[in-house]
Amino acid sequence: MYDVLIIGAGVIGASVARAISKYDLKVIVVDKHSDVCEGTSKANSGIVHSGYDAKPGTLKAKFNLIGNKMMGEFCQRYRVPFRRNGSLVLAFDVNEIPKLEALKTQGTLNGVEGLEVLSKEQVLAMEPNLSSQVAAALYAPTGGIVDPFELTISQAEVANQNGVEFQFNSLVSSIVKQTSHFQVFVNDTMIESKTVINCAGVFSDEINNQLSAHKLKITPRKGEYCLFDKEVGHFVDRTIFQLPTAYGKGVLVTPTAENNLLIGPTAYDIDDKYDNSTTAEGIKEVLSKASQSVKSIPTSFIITAFSGLRATETSGDFIIGEAKDVEGFYNAAGIESPGLTAAPAIGDYLADLVTKKLNAKMKTSYIDGRADLVRFEPLSVADKSKLIESNHEFGKIICRCEMVTLAEIKDAIHRPVGATTIDGVKRRTRAGAGRCQGGFCGPKVLEILSKELHKDPREIAKFDQQAILLVGFDKENL
Amino acid sequence: MINKDIVIIGGGPAGLAAAIGAYEAGNKNIVILERDNLLGGILNQCIHNGFGLHTFKEELTGPEYSARYVKKIKDLNIETKLETMVIDISNELIVSAISENEGMVQYQAKAVILTMGCRERPRGALSIPGYRPSGIFSAGTAQRFVNIEGYMPGKSVVILGSGDIGLIMARRMTLEGADVKMVVEIMPYSGGLKRNIVQCLDDFSIPLKLSHTVTKIHGSTRVSGVTIAKVDDLRNPIKGTEEYVECDTLLLSVGLIPENELSRKVGVIINPKTQGPIVSESLETSIKGIFAAGNVLHVHDLVDHVSSEAYLAGKNAVKYINGLLEELKMIDILASDGVRYTVPSTLNVNNVEDLTQIRFRSSDVYKDAYVSVYFDEERILHSKKRILTPGEMETVTILKKWLIERPNLKTITVKIEKE
Ligand SMILES: Cc1cc2nc3c(=O)[nH]c(=O)nc-3n(C[C@H](O)[C@H](O)[C@H](O)COP(=O)(O)OP(=O)(O)OC[C@H]3O[C@@H](n4cnc5c(N)ncnc54)[C@H](O)[C@@H]3O)c2cc1C
Ligand SMILES: Cc1cc2nc3c(=O)[nH]c(=O)nc-3n(C[C@H](O)[C@H](O)[C@H](O)COP(=O)(O)OP(=O)(O)OC[C@H]3O[C@@H](n4cnc5c(N)ncnc54)[C@H](O)[C@@H]3O)c2cc1C
Repeated sequence: MYDVLIIGAGVIGASVARAISKYDLKVIVVDKHSDVCEGTSKANSGIVHSGYDAKPGTLKAKFNLIGNKMMGEFCQRYRVPFRRNGSLVLAFDVNEIPKLEALKTQGTLNGVEGLEVLSKEQVLAMEPNLSSQVAAALYAPTGGIVDPFELTISQAEVANQNGVEFQFNSLVSSIVKQTSHFQVFVNDTMIESKTVINCAGVFSDEINNQLSAHKLKITPRKGEYCLFDKEVGHFVDRTIFQLPTAYGKGVLVTPTAENNLLIGPTAYDIDDKYDNSTTAEGIKEVLSKASQSVKSIPTSFIITAFSGLRATETSGDFIIGEAKDVEGFYNAAGIESPGLTAAPAIGDYLADLVTKKLNAKMKTSYIDGRADLVRFEPLSVADKSKLIESNHEFGKIICRCEMVTLAEIKDAIHRPVGATTIDGVKRRTRAGAGRCQGGFCGPKVLEILSKELHKDPREIAKFDQQAILLVGFDKENL
Repeated sequence: MINKDIVIIGGGPAGLAAAIGAYEAGNKNIVILERDNLLGGILNQCIHNGFGLHTFKEELTGPEYSARYVKKIKDLNIETKLETMVIDISNELIVSAISENEGMVQYQAKAVILTMGCRERPRGALSIPGYRPSGIFSAGTAQRFVNIEGYMPGKSVVILGSGDIGLIMARRMTLEGADVKMVVEIMPYSGGLKRNIVQCLDDFSIPLKLSHTVTKIHGSTRVSGVTIAKVDDLRNPIKGTEEYVECDTLLLSVGLIPENELSRKVGVIINPKTQGPIVSESLETSIKGIFAAGNVLHVHDLVDHVSSEAYLAGKNAVKYINGLLEELKMIDILASDGVRYTVPSTLNVNNVEDLTQIRFRSSDVYKDAYVSVYFDEERILHSKKRILTPGEMETVTILKKWLIERPNLKTITVKIEKE
């Protein structure tokens, strides 16, 4: 019998797991995918929002603000790439300046510090690549950018190293409430747990609706992006927004925490929660809308396109806390933007509720931090040299675009909640995330995974078990 | 810090020939740095025939062709360092490389020759909409799996792009037991050599769909199919012409990009057309003492040209070290009227021995057109070509005596003319 079962290993599930791992409890996280961060948490803008656009009084506003404030120290402790680069909301017409002022007032009410409406000249001096059509902008110095993969992976690692179990390839098909515990049906087995925390992203309504009479309805809202080569990673330094609309924060242009350039997303409600495909129209729209904000988009530097699904709940706000009619069942549902920003704070909050309910005690052995993590690429020549002397596998470059070494890839595989797939290695090390998108290192990473995990190369997948790369031997089919 | 007269970066056919060129020009203080565990570069995975027709007058496989050069390197006792990856070149020509066995190694060079080859363009560069499942490979990656590792990356295959690697992989995958459904090419002509279309597609009845492209990738885990469509003159898909093709693999052969990260970092000026360095007649880049040859300079279709070009670069590096290379770039070489680019792009008469060659590609297909070379306003070459296509590199030869006869020459222009 587990004390806590967490459904979903996205950034929310990982945050809750990290926060709960401080306590002396038996905890398990289950996810239908083969790794952490395979849902919405891997496909978003990676912005740490300052918090001016959430309606005052909402959970979105509350957790956005707490999340934003704690992000700097948090990311430092858990070695997550993060930069407080500031953000700008552009107005293209002097008539829109009152809208900027209204956002500023709302932000100030939410507790956002340092908001300022800047003149055209001030804005262009800050960001020379912006369109000359800019009339004014709202500047939010507390806005930031974070690596969403590392924000998820780091917390899963901390949780796991403190005893939380992770079970992948495990689809929760149904949940039954017994008097004092839950029976959770996963694949063909049953797991019993005293409490259940629903962090199932776009599927969190379905999980909730199995247990609670307070029905939720999540409509997936697709957002498509284009990602650009690091070569143009400094095209803009701040995150550039347009004025928000009913459908969200509009198309943004931003550097990422890993120094790529990112533009997007679109915002369309769709029916299919499994549809994370990109469309020709979507990419076209992203490029055309972004070209209102900036001078000329360096389209020849696009390295990939992707899309993510926002878990938009009918109420418009996050659903966080114990279900009123199901004791021991907790929701973190409808966590759309600013969910990434809010995640660590939501994790702390839910952990607090659950551990109080279970009367849990703090562990004495809790380790608050990650095992040593070395990145070769940013080091100086002298430090690189020393590192290779200490471990010669740092002398073998596997990914030439991002300069990732054999030592780093092996570490990513053997760390807590280690990588088992090509994409898993990519998200942990950036091998394959560069301009050739794994064309060169893909076969090498596959070989390393197969060797380190003692698996046949034909079993190594890009992400889920079915996404295998090699289908057989040469001439096998002749 | 190790002193070396000539440091060659990359041990593919270009690097090997450059070393031999330098050696035969009289400098033996050379090192070749290669990141792979064997010499020969991309040739190691090209196990098909068709290499060396020009140089050796016989048809060799890629590994056979490179073996001849590797043997010569061994015979001449030229130093090579394998599993050694260059990570930096400084302005002072300090080359930093790392290897598992020796850690960080730094060379102070007098001349550096760039022969790093090229890489394949990925899917993102095309932004093909749809899912991002497994089963999408660049053709060269698939070639490596099949020819080197012995694994099949798929059973039923659509190939996008009819460059040489795509064509060769259509045949290879067929021979290894896969069902190659078609090769889809967005342009109205193939980007590959004519002989490859005949030998790799026609001989196996694999359809080549010209003026078509892949408009969508299906399958959320493994590729389950692709949608293809006809394109108009502006290469936009035409509504209503979509067709679904079931397959588990999409191979991309959509172009090669010279691998110039190192060159860019040290400040070598890159030609946006070739994505390779701008060079003089001596294959010297915009930075004194740094030379370039082979696919890092511009993408070649025949390895023979790679070898001869690189041999020259090696020879000129020695000239440079001996103070015999004039730095002044007196004459500009321009590409115009259907010529996409030229290599080199500047010329100094005093550095030319008896003749010099200008290599170029056309930007479109031309039938029964003329390749013309103008010395300022004067047309000095005008030769008829039955066909010119972007898939085949062309060469014009300029004799030194023509240049000497025109001491005030400013510009050489290469053009394609109807008559
Ligand atoms: C286009 C877009 C842009 C965004 N931009 C930002 C931004 O800039 N800043 C910001 O703060 N936020 C942003 N967000 C929001 C943020 O990405 C999300 O709030 C956050 O990632 C949600 O995390 P999650 O863990 O709830 O969901 P997910 O990451 O989707 O995780 C849910 C997990 O549950 C698993 N699961 C679901 N059902 C089951 C089941 N039955 N059995 C087992 N496992 C199951 C899934 O496999 C998945 O791994 C954006 C979102 C989108 C879509
Ligand atoms: C699939 C395919 C089929 C072909 N078919 C034919 C054919 O039938 N006939 C024909 O004549 N030609 C053919 N060619 C063309 C010919 O093989 C190439 O043009 C030639 O190999 C290019 O030589 P290169 O030395 O410039 O580059 P490469 O062969 O790519 O060699 C570059 C070398 O540099 C190394 N390198 C790169 N960066 C670094 C670094 N930082 N540090 C150390 N080392 C580095 C690489 O590992 C590599 O070994 C084909 C090419 C391909 C790709």
